[in-house]
Amino acid sequence: MLEFPTWKKIMLWAITLAFAAAAMPSLLGSAGLELGEDSSAPQINLGLDLAGGSHLLLEADPEEVALQRLENMEEAVKVALENSNPEIEYGDTSRSDGTLSFILDTPADIDRARGILEPLMMGEGLQREWDLTVIDGQRMVLTPTESGTAFALNTAMEGAVEVVRRRIDLLGTKEPTIIRQGDTRIVVQVPGLQDPQALKEQLGQTAQLEFKLVDQQALPTNTLAGIANPGSQIYPYATGSNFEGQFEAVKRLGGIRGDSLTGAQAGVDQRNNENIVSIQFDQQGGQKFAQLSTENVNERFAIILDGEVISAPVFNEPILGGAAQISGNFTAESANQLAISLQSGALPVPLTVIEERTVGPDLGAESIRSGLIAMIIGSIAVVTLMIATYGRFGVYATIALVFNVLILLGAMAIGNFTLTLPGIAGFVLTVGAAVDANVLINERIREERKRGRKVITAVENGYKEASRAIYDANITNFIAGALLFWFGSGPIRGFAVVLVIGLVTSVFTALTLTRMWVSGYLAGNRPKDINI
Amino acid sequence: MKLLKLVPQDTNIKFLKFRTPFFIFSLLLMVASWALVATMGLNYGVDFAGGQQIRATFTETAEAPVVELRETISALESVNDPVVQRFGEPNEVSIRVKLPPEAEGNPDFANQMTNSIVVALQDGYPDIRIDGVDSVGGKVAGEFRSDAVLALLAAMLMVALYIWIRFEWQFGVGALFALFHDVSVTLGMFALFQLEFSLQIIAAILAIIGYSLNDTIVVYDRVRENLKKYRKMPLPELLDLSVNETLARTVMTSLTLLVALVPLLMFGPSSLFGLVAAITAGLFIGTYSSVYLASPILIWLGVTSDSFVPQETEADIQEKKVLGQL
Repeated sequence: MLEFPTWKKIMLWAITLAFAAAAMPSLLGSAGLELGEDSSAPQINLGLDLAGGSHLLLEADPEEVALQRLENMEEAVKVALENSNPEIEYGDTSRSDGTLSFILDTPADIDRARGILEPLMMGEGLQREWDLTVIDGQRMVLTPTESGTAFALNTAMEGAVEVVRRRIDLLGTKEPTIIRQGDTRIVVQVPGLQDPQALKEQLGQTAQLEFKLVDQQALPTNTLAGIANPGSQIYPYATGSNFEGQFEAVKRLGGIRGDSLTGAQAGVDQRNNENIVSIQFDQQGGQKFAQLSTENVNERFAIILDGEVISAPVFNEPILGGAAQISGNFTAESANQLAISLQSGALPVPLTVIEERTVGPDLGAESIRSGLIAMIIGSIAVVTLMIATYGRFGVYATIALVFNVLILLGAMAIGNFTLTLPGIAGFVLTVGAAVDANVLINERIREERKRGRKVITAVENGYKEASRAIYDANITNFIAGALLFWFGSGPIRGFAVVLVIGLVTSVFTALTLTRMWVSGYLAGNRPKDINI
Repeated sequence: MKLLKLVPQDTNIKFLKFRTPFFIFSLLLMVASWALVATMGLNYGVDFAGGQQIRATFTETAEAPVVELRETISALESVNDPVVQRFGEPNEVSIRVKLPPEAEGNPDFANQMTNSIVVALQDGYPDIRIDGVDSVGGKVAGEFRSDAVLALLAAMLMVALYIWIRFEWQFGVGALFALFHDVSVTLGMFALFQLEFSLQIIAAILAIIGYSLNDTIVVYDRVRENLKKYRKMPLPELLDLSVNETLARTVMTSLTLLVALVPLLMFGPSSLFGLVAAITAGLFIGTYSSVYLASPILIWLGVTSDSFVPQETEADIQEKKVLGQL
């Protein structure tokens, strides 16, 4: 038990010093010292609650994705059936319970319609994304399959993560962390952010731009009462637009979506000094826009952003260049924000901020300072108590404690773990609990000596008999800590990390390192009696 | 050098003499705790109730206008009973607003509320500096609540299971009961004093579960050793002996933790106060339960020397050597 061959000593010291060395960059860094060339050495990350910054949890509504899919399918069905030859006539289109259904005018068309629509039911993958059924001989019902819906949601979320990343990059923030979490959530962490409000506004804007024809037949009174003609839909004007509080009836299908933009810039219209956003379509979008404007010259169309009408100008002439201007009583700020959102692309699904944690940079620095002071005072108290109670053996415990803190810091730096505010409390707890193992050992040695055992036997038994309880206690603590890690997020997880790593390091320092030192002392001095 | 001995050697305190009154007292304490939780409820912070907690500093005003702030924020739409308190220095405040019932089913509600409060603060007080915002939506808060219950139950059951495997089932049950007592009384205290109950407190309770067990394990380890050593000793006597023999350890381990925690309580960051205070209180509760609950319950559950396979361990042999029996 007390024999330490040289190779074992060298190995233990090597482990100890390697981890302690890994702690140095972080320690020196926190003291304000920069390590010139060695700045690439791993350092402990500071959590947002210490470094300052914003943590946002965004959630997408899967129903929005499903709704969008249904609308796309309706549009695709319309195009497919209208282009069939001879044209298949249908009506009574309805969307309910997430399914799309319509009645063919001639039941005889059913097989031909099935043949035309069947390819639409398969997605880009090889999975069936929609089920096509016929009821009562002429009503066709399109139901999204589970795997199709899941695939669409997944695609939308992957797209959303990309859009969020682009928008944050356009805001010029440093080192953001953007992680998909679960099926419908995205975690965004932005360190050192000055204005979380602007970020939230940027992320809250879906930036789904649509151009839809105004329903000229709609009666203003009906529109105001919320009654739309068949095939039309009523949209409100956006807050802050020229016609705020009014409504516009537009044709549901046949418009185009602005998700094929190549650029968007905020600017000022020279003629009337109005803030505008100029947009450029990609080739395909440009062609569609040209076609729409050519076919509908002198007709009004509505520019709809996220379900609200910005403005509803007239196509004075065909717009062929693939570029357009949007005006809608913008301020310079809102024009700029819209330009950024359009440039980074529309979010495939609207996101909502469901959790926000923002900490200013001053508060974090203050927390570190006061936490450090408390830890130093606490450590001095623990060390004093240990040395006063166990003398030489308390000194060993103290040195072990110092190494324990260093190894713990080093392990956190190597593992790239994050130190949070509760993590500081975890450090203090670790300091208080790490010496527990030494208490158990030393008390056992006292007991053994009292029973009249020789020094060597007493120490040997002390380590052996105490280690059982030490392992049991640390393993149960480890279980509680692991559950805390599973349960917690962010700051709490930082607490769990320190506790759990601290358990492992304290068993190493308090049990193994002190045993090595004690055995060295016993072998070197061969004391007849020890003061414990 | 004369070394400090906090606990005199060879104590012989009859801890178990009053085991029944103490046990009844503990049971009553647990019942009272749950009654308090049921009637008064826990004062959920934003983590569990949803809503906002905003911390702010007035950079050019010596004292934060707490009363005026309360009025400003109350005047906002759908804000009921904001809690505005000083937090730390006189020019620092914490503002807590819970989610109103109409937030149900609207995931964006919490965020909109945060925005309107922050804007109102910045418009009304030019020298205000927003130090921190915690805004939690209703759905997330609900998930935190169910996860917290799950984590606490799983922690208690899993450590009890471990003790069962390492010792005997009676010890597992005893440890579980002691832990349940610790968690109950901690919750009862939070209900009684209406202290803010947040995610940090769950972290504290999980830490308490760990540290409370440390003492229990030390006592149980000695009980097991003594059960093998003194086969004929009546159990109450043997338990008393075990608790007395390990008393110095129990006191020392709790004390080292206490002296480390107190400075953090006094000088540490104010936002850690709840966490540290809960662990400190749990330290006392846990030490009490290790001595007065975890041990006597072994008597009622009928632990005997035969609970452990009667075989001579090395400790036995050495003990006999010492006593000159071999």
